[in-house]
Amino acid sequence: MSAAGRTARWGILLVITVLVIAAAGAYAANAFGRFQESRTAASAARVATGAAVLQKGSVLFRNTAPGQGYGTIGVVPLSDPAGERSLAAAACDRVYGTLQNIVCLRTNRGLVTNFEAAVLGPDWQPARSWALPGIPSRTRISPDGSLVATTVFVSGHAYGNGNFSTETSITAVQGGTVAGNLEDFALLVNGTRITAADRNIWGVTFAPGQRDTFYATAASSGRIWLVKGNIPARTLTAVYDGVECPSISPDGTRVAYKKNTGSALAVHWRVAYLDLASGKETVLSEPRSVDDQIEWLDDRTLLYGLARDGVAGDSDIWQITADPASRSSVFIEHAWSPSVVR
Amino acid sequence: MYLSMSDRNGGKKDQQPPAGADPAGPAGPRFRLSPVILWLGVVSMLTDVSSESVSAVLPLYITAFLGLSTIAFGILDGINQGASAIVRIAAGYASDRIGRPKPVAVAGYGLSMLARIGLLFAAGFWALTAVVTADRVGKGIRTAPRDALISVSAQPEHQARHFGVHRMLDSIGAATGPLLAFFVLMLIPNGYSTVFVVSLAFAALGVAVLVLLVPNLRTRPQDRKPGTKGQGKTGFRWRLLREPGLGRLLMAAGILGLLTVGDGFIYLVLQDRDAFAVQWFPLLYVGTNVVFLLLAIPLGRLADRWGKARVFILGHVALLACYLLAAVPVGGLGLTLACLVLLGAFYAATDGVLAALASQLTPPDKLATGLGTAQTVVALSRMTASVGFGVLWFAVGPAVAMGVVGVLLAAGVVASWFLLRGGVLHGAAA
Repeated sequence: MSAAGRTARWGILLVITVLVIAAAGAYAANAFGRFQESRTAASAARVATGAAVLQKGSVLFRNTAPGQGYGTIGVVPLSDPAGERSLAAAACDRVYGTLQNIVCLRTNRGLVTNFEAAVLGPDWQPARSWALPGIPSRTRISPDGSLVATTVFVSGHAYGNGNFSTETSITAVQGGTVAGNLEDFALLVNGTRITAADRNIWGVTFAPGQRDTFYATAASSGRIWLVKGNIPARTLTAVYDGVECPSISPDGTRVAYKKNTGSALAVHWRVAYLDLASGKETVLSEPRSVDDQIEWLDDRTLLYGLARDGVAGDSDIWQITADPASRSSVFIEHAWSPSVVR
Repeated sequence: MYLSMSDRNGGKKDQQPPAGADPAGPAGPRFRLSPVILWLGVVSMLTDVSSESVSAVLPLYITAFLGLSTIAFGILDGINQGASAIVRIAAGYASDRIGRPKPVAVAGYGLSMLARIGLLFAAGFWALTAVVTADRVGKGIRTAPRDALISVSAQPEHQARHFGVHRMLDSIGAATGPLLAFFVLMLIPNGYSTVFVVSLAFAALGVAVLVLLVPNLRTRPQDRKPGTKGQGKTGFRWRLLREPGLGRLLMAAGILGLLTVGDGFIYLVLQDRDAFAVQWFPLLYVGTNVVFLLLAIPLGRLADRWGKARVFILGHVALLACYLLAAVPVGGLGLTLACLVLLGAFYAATDGVLAALASQLTPPDKLATGLGTAQTVVALSRMTASVGFGVLWFAVGPAVAMGVVGVLLAAGVVASWFLLRGGVLHGAAA
């Protein structure tokens, strides 16, 4: 390389460096400005002025309306779900509530980003919190408000080497592990214990009126089962095939879930439900792929979240009647992670 | 350029001081950092800031932001890693055929940079998969030719130390990337596109430095044309008869690789018994990288003085100690930190040192192929190890599994000592 050539190369590098840093800096500054603007802008949803109150006959959800209050807990009365929402100060990625308490899974952003579960009292103040080993995915509270189930995505190390798996735990609201990590439970399929390394458990739903019983999804070697869990016996017994993220109806007779009708790599989840007494499966008409743990509005209506087209980070809650002829309709706009406070 | 085949391997051997003496002392040439290696280190640093900032936020982006299923990603990632391992040998072979590794390295870094541009537009599962695959293939392509460039630019007496300088800069990037990414997300909670733009900027700067400042070096003597390498081959074979050579090194690296379970498992074991490790999970990775960058040069120096194969094996002893610390039933912050230090030391003692060893045992016209083969052996054997360890983990539990692998690794260390004892341990000490 000649001296002149070297100088020219350094010059080119300097110009490229300045241009690249200026472009990236401008983009970042613009994005930061837009974020500041959106945070202080009026909410895209109609927001009530008063404080949010946890009461019987309301729906609790994560408010995803752009603007002030994005990501915080929203409450609407069951009588007017499309009306004004009241917002609580607590922000959550995934939320579930009963009349006694609320569980809130959240991401603590910072140079070291970590995740936690918090139990909030009816006044929205945290009563207890604990660290989660991965990204929040699902959560449920038992009907009597005593047990919390959480599912998170764990990657081999936190920096996305791609070995994703789930970790699902059941914890007592009052503290102390009740069941701990459900992967330590014995998984029984047709009387045989499955010990394969790739067992994954996710999406717990608590059976109403039965303190020791829950349902969840278990998977191993590409097979997926609805399992019935027994906390004192520490067992998971497969009862049905191909059921993901089960959700038991308030009367305890049906389990709603997502059913993959695509392949393992190109998933398409239909909304379906299972009659526990007869074992009969009914697939509903929702044409879009639903990746959510369904919630029962009442004993014959299902609620689930779907992303808004073209708006990243925003979603709507939809409803559909548990009838193959029924069509889905929007239940709450700009919302995610519904729970019905009965 | 410092080397021809004779002064890199043959000629030097006779003049070499007895084992244990300091070849870099008054008798040996002084260490002089080649600017080529400095710039290659800067390229790797910039590229690692770019790639690690994205991989730090990718799980969060996929699940929390796009709301996509991640289980399928795990399946695809396994396939990708296998593909990238094979690409390494092919890229090494291509750069040997050309005789100049730089264009191949540019292609690899360039492909990863293009993948960053794709990331700005990829929304669906398949688009994202294609982008991640392109990035991995790019990484597979660039590694062997880059290490070949380091090898031909480094003084033969200070090969491991030069690789250490490069790996140090590389680890600085790997430790900075995640912090930078989370800093952006701290300021702009849903600012994934900003993370991707910043990542693209670093990737572009890396490619610019590589193209503009790294010379297009040859890896074999200039007078030998690509078609007529008969003589070189004869020399290579003759040498292989005298030296235990690359075959034994690959065998040892493969055995040890089969007993190297992924960091992820070690972090999970630590998390299992230490609340600190759950809370600060992302920092475990950064901590390991910080130790790696601090020790890369000192351990490279040690490898040049005391023997590269010895340091390579010693690194696995550090790994073994980390397994044992992870297997003991008591927990606590001290043990967690000790394990991170040992893990970082393991990488510092093995990553660059293996490249230095492999390049020493490979003739110049096959340099990049040899380096690529060594990396592939390590990558594939570690992948196998992780799958096998996963099975063991669920069969007997984390602590016992760690203990079992520890015992096997102890045996593997002894076995590789015998494998590398002859020429590799002593003759190739410097």
